[in-house]
Amino acid sequence: MTRVILDPTSEIVPAERARLARPMSLDGMTVGLLDISKPRGDIFLNRLEERLTGIGAKVNRYRKPTFTKPAPVDLRQKISMECQVVIEALAD
Amino acid sequence: MSQLANGLTVIVKRECETCQMVVPVLEQLTGLTVYTQDDPGFPATLAPIHDEDLSVSWHHEIETVPTLIKVVDGVEVARTVGWSRADWEQITGVAGLGPDLPVMRPGCGSMSVDPDLVDALRVRFGGGVLASRQIELADLDDEHEMMFQRGWTDGLPVIPPTPERVLKMLTGTTRNPADIVAVIPPDLVEVTVEKVAIAAVMAGCLPEYMPWVLTALEAVCNDTFNMHGVLCTTMAVGPVIICSGPGTRAIGMNSGMNALGQGNRATMTIGRAVQLVVRNFGGGRPGEVDRGTHGNPGKLSFCFAENDAESPFGSLAASRGLPEGVDAVTVFAGESPHTIVDQLSRTADSLANSLALSLQAMHHSKLALAFDAVLVIGPEHARVFADDGWDRERLISELRARTTRPGSEMIRGARGITEGIPEHLSDQEIPKFGPDGLLITYAGGGAGLFTALIGGWANGTVGSTPVTREVRYDTRHP
Repeated sequence: MTRVILDPTSEIVPAERARLARPMSLDGMTVGLLDISKPRGDIFLNRLEERLTGIGAKVNRYRKPTFTKPAPVDLRQKISMECQVVIEALAD
Repeated sequence: MSQLANGLTVIVKRECETCQMVVPVLEQLTGLTVYTQDDPGFPATLAPIHDEDLSVSWHHEIETVPTLIKVVDGVEVARTVGWSRADWEQITGVAGLGPDLPVMRPGCGSMSVDPDLVDALRVRFGGGVLASRQIELADLDDEHEMMFQRGWTDGLPVIPPTPERVLKMLTGTTRNPADIVAVIPPDLVEVTVEKVAIAAVMAGCLPEYMPWVLTALEAVCNDTFNMHGVLCTTMAVGPVIICSGPGTRAIGMNSGMNALGQGNRATMTIGRAVQLVVRNFGGGRPGEVDRGTHGNPGKLSFCFAENDAESPFGSLAASRGLPEGVDAVTVFAGESPHTIVDQLSRTADSLANSLALSLQAMHHSKLALAFDAVLVIGPEHARVFADDGWDRERLISELRARTTRPGSEMIRGARGITEGIPEHLSDQEIPKFGPDGLLITYAGGGAGLFTALIGGWANGTVGSTPVTREVRYDTRHP
């Protein structure tokens, strides 16, 4: 007799999207720096901002309300509209 | 579903002596349709219809044979089970039925509710409600090994979620199998009652646990409790499910000896079902999105009942706004329990000082206000407070006062320790816990001067806030 069990997973198939091509230069591009609100992440991002502006990039700063939750959808949308590149600071 | 003919219908089986006894009565009736469950030729004189697949019995919810039903214009207007002359005469409108029979005699169980058959019948007639993908196993497959290989277990064996078992689990709730229960992190997918039932089967739940599993999932999967963060954090925390109310006793939860430990089916499997939903449905697995540095064994299942019936503090759920005596779950993002030993204090004052010392040290003596705590006070410690007239509010305020320290002792660098609170708080008195930061509950065996401390995760909007929800009772009978 055939035994059947039911799939306990969500059965979702994630959509796969190709990555954008890596930019040859950041000169003139807008780079978003996303602070996830981990302590001292700002120190890392401040230094990155100095380096990036030094090579001609425009920098926008963003901040998640808390590192424990996914970034709000409005924030993700805003970053995608305003930047060509984004860097996220994860570390304590 | 098959429609019964207008007039009278009776469902019988030969194996039932009451059915055999009423055959002379059936022969007195006109316009009678007879369905037989077992012997296709019984009763021989009445041209019975064989309900071979039991579909008529199932769809008309026959629990006893004989069942006599009267249908008018396609609608059932009366039924009786077993033999009762008065009832049969009233339904048939015929006087003097079965003059040689006793006044009444109970019937027998219908084959459609035979415990050996009912699970298969539920699949045959109710299986269409199941939407989950069906996975067929080859004869040589070991279903337990197969589920390990697919990553569907928490490291312990799970019960295979067959359609029979899942449909039986669904009898524990009246909610539609397709109803959405919650959005499960980290994949943020809407889970249905059916998928929760699958996890509940795998965890080892009984159908009557379903309302608790559903309520606990609703309680953890929201922005307030933040199951997403509790799953992802490096801290050794998981959802701690504290159950209150008489329903905990109705499903056999243990709030006495070893209340936080192993050996109780309800507590072990309710918490496990919640975790299996997050793991298998939400995609939250250790080493992937679950980034726990150490983890803790409670991430298998950390669910317990408080002994609110005997608590000198009332129930935790009542302290959080629900009426006393209501079945509820309170969820707390917490780590493993830690025992506070004090076997000598016989005054509330002394014992509060003891508890305060351990509370102050929780996570780090120099960190404050960032973490909440649950105290599971055992009966012998609770009695010390009750004897001195301390209720819940008094105990919490005393503990908060005794865990308030000068900021100068707690700032970074103080006492030769770099960890600590920011330097600008040096001049302030710093409470370890906020006004809602201590949750008091009562459970444990009658012997032992102990309290269990469950330390929390990052609290408030940054992390997790405890949530209390009433258990929705919507039990359907199988």
